[in-house]
Amino acid sequence: MFDNLTRRVSAALGQIGGKKTLSEDNIAETLREVRLALLDADVALAVVQDFMDRIRQRAIGAEVGASLSPAQSFLKIVNEELVAVLGGASEGLDLNSQPPAVILLAGLQGAGKTTTAAKLGVWLKQRENKQVMLVSTDVYRPAAIQQLQTLAESAGLHFFASSIDQAPEQIAKDALQAAKRQFVDVLIVDTAGRLAIDDDMMQEISKLHGHLDPVETLFVVDAMTGQDAANTAKQFGEVLPLTGVVLTKADGDARGGAALSVRQVTGRPIKFIGQGETIEALELFHPDRIASRILGMGDVMSLIEEAEQKIDKDKATKLAKKIQKGRNFDLSDFRDQIQQMNNMGGLTGMLDKLPGMGNMAETAKARVDQQNFGQLEAMINSMTPKERSFPDLISGSRKRRIARGSGTEIQDVNRLLKQHKQMQKMMKKLGKKGGMTNMMRGLGGMMNQGGRPF
Amino acid sequence: MDNVADQATQGKPGLFARLKQGLAKTRRGFSEQVTALFLGAKVIDQTLLDSIETLLITSDFGVSVTKGVIDRLTQQVERKDLSDAMALKNALRAHLLGLLQNTSSELTLDGPGPQVILMVGVNGAGKTTTAGKLAHHFKQQNRSVLLAAGDTFRAAAVEQLKTWGERNDVAVIAQHTGADSASVIFDALAAAKSRAFDVLIADTAGRLQNKKNLMQELEKIVRVIRRQDETAPHSVLLVIDATTGQNAIAQAQAFMTDVEVTGLVLTKLDGTAKGGVVFALTEALGLPIHFVGIGEALDDLKPFDAELFVDAILQGAD
Ligand SMILES: Nc1nc2c(ncn2[C@@H]2O[C@H](COP(=O)(O)OP(=O)(O)OP(=O)(O)O)[C@@H](O)[C@H]2O)c(=O)[nH]1
Ligand SMILES: Nc1nc2c(ncn2[C@@H]2O[C@H](COP(=O)(O)OP(=O)(O)OP(=O)(O)O)[C@@H](O)[C@H]2O)c(=O)[nH]1
Ligand SMILES: [Mg+2]
Ligand SMILES: [Mg+2]
Repeated sequence: MFDNLTRRVSAALGQIGGKKTLSEDNIAETLREVRLALLDADVALAVVQDFMDRIRQRAIGAEVGASLSPAQSFLKIVNEELVAVLGGASEGLDLNSQPPAVILLAGLQGAGKTTTAAKLGVWLKQRENKQVMLVSTDVYRPAAIQQLQTLAESAGLHFFASSIDQAPEQIAKDALQAAKRQFVDVLIVDTAGRLAIDDDMMQEISKLHGHLDPVETLFVVDAMTGQDAANTAKQFGEVLPLTGVVLTKADGDARGGAALSVRQVTGRPIKFIGQGETIEALELFHPDRIASRILGMGDVMSLIEEAEQKIDKDKATKLAKKIQKGRNFDLSDFRDQIQQMNNMGGLTGMLDKLPGMGNMAETAKARVDQQNFGQLEAMINSMTPKERSFPDLISGSRKRRIARGSGTEIQDVNRLLKQHKQMQKMMKKLGKKGGMTNMMRGLGGMMNQGGRPF
Repeated sequence: MDNVADQATQGKPGLFARLKQGLAKTRRGFSEQVTALFLGAKVIDQTLLDSIETLLITSDFGVSVTKGVIDRLTQQVERKDLSDAMALKNALRAHLLGLLQNTSSELTLDGPGPQVILMVGVNGAGKTTTAGKLAHHFKQQNRSVLLAAGDTFRAAAVEQLKTWGERNDVAVIAQHTGADSASVIFDALAAAKSRAFDVLIADTAGRLQNKKNLMQELEKIVRVIRRQDETAPHSVLLVIDATTGQNAIAQAQAFMTDVEVTGLVLTKLDGTAKGGVVFALTEALGLPIHFVGIGEALDDLKPFDAELFVDAILQGAD
């Protein structure tokens, strides 16, 4: 719905025109768009309000960068702030303690605790060479213990058997003893899913925590969770001294606003994200990825940053001026653009970062890659300056010459000319409002014209 | 808005807590504040409308449905159709009920032969538990029930359903983990037919709706079942966790595209989540909500009651 935040923010910021700084007045509408985007991504309302205050403070008075449009400058601030609130890149688990180091998992029903217990075990075994033991204290859910046992066995992890006629506290104590006796490095304790308002169950886990004295107490939360994430995290955090968060089911297409809510409310880092049902599908948390997902912007941000760094500002300004004056976008300009895009990792690199393009079929990507920038450049290089300025001059015999000179076929030259025409039209339309975003939208159109599959 | 922000993270008891625990437990939190709001407010002003907006957003109604409701109320206020806060509250209630119109319907299954119910939904939503509760529900109606362990993927999913079978004294048709889900359900239908069962409830593995191959597996299940009975499955229940946010909309759309979902079950309403996203679902997709899950026990499944549901959202606002 609000997927295209970039577009909406661009529209909202359109009026600021020539002004060089963001002000209370010119960002009011834009802030509203961001607020709606966050709510749509399921960030809890209270957290959204907090966050908007931070953005307002940061944005007012901020200068609009030389190579960025006002919208881009603003979104950059939003993104940076979001990444900051989400916390630094994950450093994984802190298992510095007298072995066995205990990890306790807690969360609502069906959040993914049992699966995560096994995933963490695999992670520690494979990456840190740890001896890991798993134990389930879930004596309530049918076959919960068996579920963990099956996973432990398939991963070759130690499993401490428990049964539903035992008390969870007793299971925990026994497992800890066994872990000590067997000199395992890490004991991972799975617990039953529970509601934060279930006093008895919350007391039970609090006691488990007391007996186990875990180094890590992780709150497991489903990435699809809505507004309730804040509530629940807060209440779990009040009963348990949480050390971190695991965000599960991030392989789905939820925008994952719960990540921000939980991070903000608990003040604890998100350490891992679950990326699938298999026991290997666990990744360290990267705040920038979740940030652009919450904002629904793909990796537009890193694209903006790259644009800032790599685009030759002089040439960009010259081109902008030229187009503003209504002059033609000729083949030399086209070549400059191609070179700039090449600097940014090529079209495929750029497409990867655009919203909605991430999933583009590999075959489609391969075909785009065939659209070799080097080839385009070679063809333009084989033209005379006059041909570059007045492409209409390029007749059949000239085409043959250009093809021969660049080691291409006549069809390639034809395609180049067609694409250039396309681009030229677009540049005309752009008029005063140039900029990367527009250019890229146009690029998509250009490729379409060439019969590409997207 | 400061105190509203606080309220949003404050503990609130579950919507349906009163179904289970009666009204004994004192309740503090947002709904009470709403009551106070409606009671305290003599006139309808922007603050009051803002509070309603907050209530809806924090109940997972989503931006678009919330905006629709607020716009409509605002119009009514401007037309001077609503004179005081109480009138506003009643209008709100009526409007919310309107959104749920035609959506609360009983799950009726009364064709010839075994009636097949297929449970579908994302991971961990509550499909297996609901299958177990439904078995109880139909047994209460003196119907014979057979369960099919169609989740052949997740560790101990079969054992989990078998436990529900034992609790209900209902047979479970199952194969080993890793078997073909469609063939398990196919066999179960054959068994249900030959032994003249009234209802066959087929569990399936959880699947996220953006996984094409898993969604195709569901299509296959339906295709295979229809080789035996082209009217089956008679009911495809999409199980939605009430804690889910706006992604529930994408879930419903995707599952409706791949299999003909006939209705919803909203689980985990005994928690603090309000399940407001179903308003977006029923409005846009016209799906009935058959049941709500309000706990982990056999009889924690209740028929969906729109009035009760809306009143629980506006709880205490009388
Ligand atoms: N796609 C996907 N599925 C996941 C992920 N993590 C867990 N699941 C699935 O989510 C469902 C619930 O996971 P469990 O590990 O059983 O959840 P739990 O928190 O232990 O559940 P309870 O013990 O019943 O409270 C299962 O179907 C898992 O396979 C993930 O990261 N991605
Ligand atoms: N509190 C509460 N818990 C529920 C409810 N329904 C299901 N659960 C719990 O939610 C967890 C997941 O339920 P399952 O029935 O295993 O969910 P599922 O959809 O079959 O999960 P997968 O097969 O792994 O995709 C279990 O711990 C259930 O006990 C409910 O209405 N209220
Ligand atoms: Mg579990
Ligand atoms: Mg299941």
